[in-house]
Amino acid sequence: MYRYILKRLLMLIPVMLGVSLVVFTIMYFTPGDPAKVMLGERAPQAEVEALREQMGLNEPFHKQYISFISNAVRGDLGRSLVTKQPVATELISRFPATLKLAGAAVLISILIGIPVGIISATKQYSLFDMVSMIFALIGVSMPNFWQGLMMVLLFSVTLGWLPSSGYGTFSHLILPAITIGTSSAAIITRMTRSSMLEVVRQDYIRTARAKGLKENLVINRHALKNALIPVVTVIGLQFGYLLGGAVLTETIFAWPGVGRLMVEAIRQKDYFVVQGGVLLIALMFSLVNLGVDILYAFLDPRIKAQYK
Amino acid sequence: MKTTAEQQVKTINDAKAPQKPKKRSQWAEVWRRLKRNKMAMFGLVILIVIILTAIFADFIAPHSYREQNLRNINQPPSAEHILGTDDLGRDVFSRIIYGSRVSLQVGLVAVGISIIAGGSLGAIAGYYGGKLDNIIMRIMDVFLAIPQILLAIAIVSAFGGGLFKVMIAVGISSIPTYARIVRASVITIKEQEFIEAARAIGANDFRIISKHIIPNSMAPIIVQGTLGVAGAILSAAGLSFIGLGIEPPTPEWGAMLSNGRHIIRTAPHVATFPGVAIMITIFSLNLLGDGLRDALDPRLKQ
Amino acid sequence: MSETILNIKSLKVEYNTQEGSVKAVDNLSFSLNKGETLGLVGETGAGKTTTALSIMQLVPNPPGKIVDGEIYFNGINLLNQKNDEMRKIRGNKISMIFQDPMTSLNPVMTVGSQIAETIMLHQKFSKKRAAEKAEEMLDLVGIPKNRAGEYPHQFSGGMRQRVGIAMALSCNPELLISDEPTTALDVTIQAQVLELMKKLKEQFKTSMLLITHDLGVVAEVCDKVAIMYAGKVVEFADVHTLFTKPKHPYTKGLFNSIPSLDEEVDRLKPIKGTMPDPTNLPRGCSFHPRCPYAQEICKVQEPDITELEDGTKVSCLIYQGLVSDGK
Repeated sequence: MYRYILKRLLMLIPVMLGVSLVVFTIMYFTPGDPAKVMLGERAPQAEVEALREQMGLNEPFHKQYISFISNAVRGDLGRSLVTKQPVATELISRFPATLKLAGAAVLISILIGIPVGIISATKQYSLFDMVSMIFALIGVSMPNFWQGLMMVLLFSVTLGWLPSSGYGTFSHLILPAITIGTSSAAIITRMTRSSMLEVVRQDYIRTARAKGLKENLVINRHALKNALIPVVTVIGLQFGYLLGGAVLTETIFAWPGVGRLMVEAIRQKDYFVVQGGVLLIALMFSLVNLGVDILYAFLDPRIKAQYK
Repeated sequence: MKTTAEQQVKTINDAKAPQKPKKRSQWAEVWRRLKRNKMAMFGLVILIVIILTAIFADFIAPHSYREQNLRNINQPPSAEHILGTDDLGRDVFSRIIYGSRVSLQVGLVAVGISIIAGGSLGAIAGYYGGKLDNIIMRIMDVFLAIPQILLAIAIVSAFGGGLFKVMIAVGISSIPTYARIVRASVITIKEQEFIEAARAIGANDFRIISKHIIPNSMAPIIVQGTLGVAGAILSAAGLSFIGLGIEPPTPEWGAMLSNGRHIIRTAPHVATFPGVAIMITIFSLNLLGDGLRDALDPRLKQ
Repeated sequence: MSETILNIKSLKVEYNTQEGSVKAVDNLSFSLNKGETLGLVGETGAGKTTTALSIMQLVPNPPGKIVDGEIYFNGINLLNQKNDEMRKIRGNKISMIFQDPMTSLNPVMTVGSQIAETIMLHQKFSKKRAAEKAEEMLDLVGIPKNRAGEYPHQFSGGMRQRVGIAMALSCNPELLISDEPTTALDVTIQAQVLELMKKLKEQFKTSMLLITHDLGVVAEVCDKVAIMYAGKVVEFADVHTLFTKPKHPYTKGLFNSIPSLDEEVDRLKPIKGTMPDPTNLPRGCSFHPRCPYAQEICKVQEPDITELEDGTKVSCLIYQGLVSDGK
């Protein structure tokens, strides 16, 4: 098991190298000049040229990439062109807010998605099932930035119950967390339901019933663990989606996280911040998926056997 | 007992499916099953209405989508402007009508790009296997490590907005999804006997891929594609929402929404209705996509 | 005559599908005496498993539904039992071994705990004692005790079926229903598992309903045989009578389609045609389209059950004297 985790961690290295290459390439070909961004549009050409030389921007692509990577490994992602602060520092200071938001959203989506999915599956075609499936379908169909605005309209503007933006207290967290959590909750509900329906058709569920077990034991002891295996994957994928979705949601709610930092950076053409932000989120996403794969082994002994 | 009998019937059908004369009847059967699914038909009807709206926008829209009237801004819905006017006095309803063109185009073209690119990569990887498979799929892993919307944002922020670039950015960002799906189904199909048979009678790789493997891996692509159009429309709207997508004055739903965001307290209708339009479109695509999945895989529906 | 443990009277089970209603079991009756083994024989789709699940009251509903009939177990009608009472019978007094050992065990539970679960449920054993008993059961079916902590995927098909047997016998049931227990296994393993079942059945004094399509298995294990076709029992006899003097044309057909070592036969005579579409059964006798003796009357009149002098019950117009058997 430990060897497997180690192996997976090692495999992360080429993936992250690949991600960095992709991001670096995209940023490299972006029209515009970081030196100009730093010095302002009206800076004299000679000064811009000197800064370019100093930043190594006149080096060929591969040399720039190698220097970027060797710095990045040491935790140096360059400096923000706007604030002149190290990108890594900026990201780290913003990261807890994003993690808090994504964590709250995942929690909401699990707490809603799994129970509702299980009840829907065990009472297939009931009123509860139909209503929750329609809600789930609406949940996946709403653009979350629009949903965020509508909730602001309802809970902040009209009812005045919750703050429309800002950061700090628990009440600030509610609207943004629900906003990004909704579609994940809907997806997890749908996944749990269909996985559960698939599992209860399996022969071993019939075996469990043939033993004389009560229906709730059949579901909780025999069906649930099997049904949750695919759901766990979806939750992992949703976490990545949440980190991405945070970009939009954080903007709406002025949530001081990595997503908002990146949107601001894109507007200001602060390339290094965008680059660093994408890398950070990709790394987080990969780590979460690794965690999911390890969790798998605890849920499914067949997979654990393969890991050895 | 019944299920075993049914499964047998199904395996018999599956075995026959690759033969030419049976193919039409297979799709007819899918259509027959789809027709019985009321929710899916509901989605299909809405979708057809949206498509017709996009085609005949010129005849349906009561106003021009770009005609400004600065003396009549942010007006709530009225008889003249049934969904009100925006911050430049433009008719929101007309802009939503024209907006359907943009969204549908983005959705279809983006998914087209990802199906063609991702599908070919997946087919090659699955069919040839070995080193080629390894290389392609490791590259896909790299792209999968970046959340889709983030990848699209990065691409658009580098190459600039505009309809065409948004389509490409959104399309590229979902290539890995299709590559994986197609690869998986190609690997399953490749092992089946009729492929062996085709090879035995001397069919070359291109023929086997195009005549046998692609038609037989259509089902998951169709389902994912339908749901993918929905995802692409959402992504494009999201890009426009943060100011990276379609440029004004093109009436794009996400951009309209973003535009209405600043006046949400005074004129909430400006942001509300474009969102409703997006939601209805996505909802209908999801209904249809779910229905197609059930129709193409009868095993799941009992 | 010995005591009857199971008596099924005119059982009717229907499945409602989108293609229409299917009579999976239609007017089925048979009985089983204590200590005996009854073979329920038929092709896939004849309604054998549905019959078994009806006894357990595990017919998947929807789409299946027991429409009519009575199932007496030790004199009580199971169809009148409440859910709670039925649960006390399942796994305890009546237990079942399923066809496919690869899918019938829960992949995420150890085999030991899957056996112990039944014991704890019905015998009210403590967890520890149940685990010990589970190990004993494993030992009994020829699996080393120390494998109780392993998961199903670590066992071969034959071993898993042994686990299934251990699980089914763990509460010492009065009736054991085995649904094609050896069909999914290799031929060599089949014999071992069958032998084991036969031995344990004697040891536990259990009555058994053995579902199979294999007449060889029947000859080896069963006392009585019921031949099913399209949801009905077409012939019911003791095993000796059936093998020496099959009555129903379908039964005869079954014997003609297996090779025999004793007799010189130039060519096997398989039954012509295939099982009828269950949604659209032929009128009259369901077997008439495939029956070599069929006449016009077979297409319209449904045969009654005729009891013959040798005790055989057969459902065919020949034995009602309405059709000639060509001799």
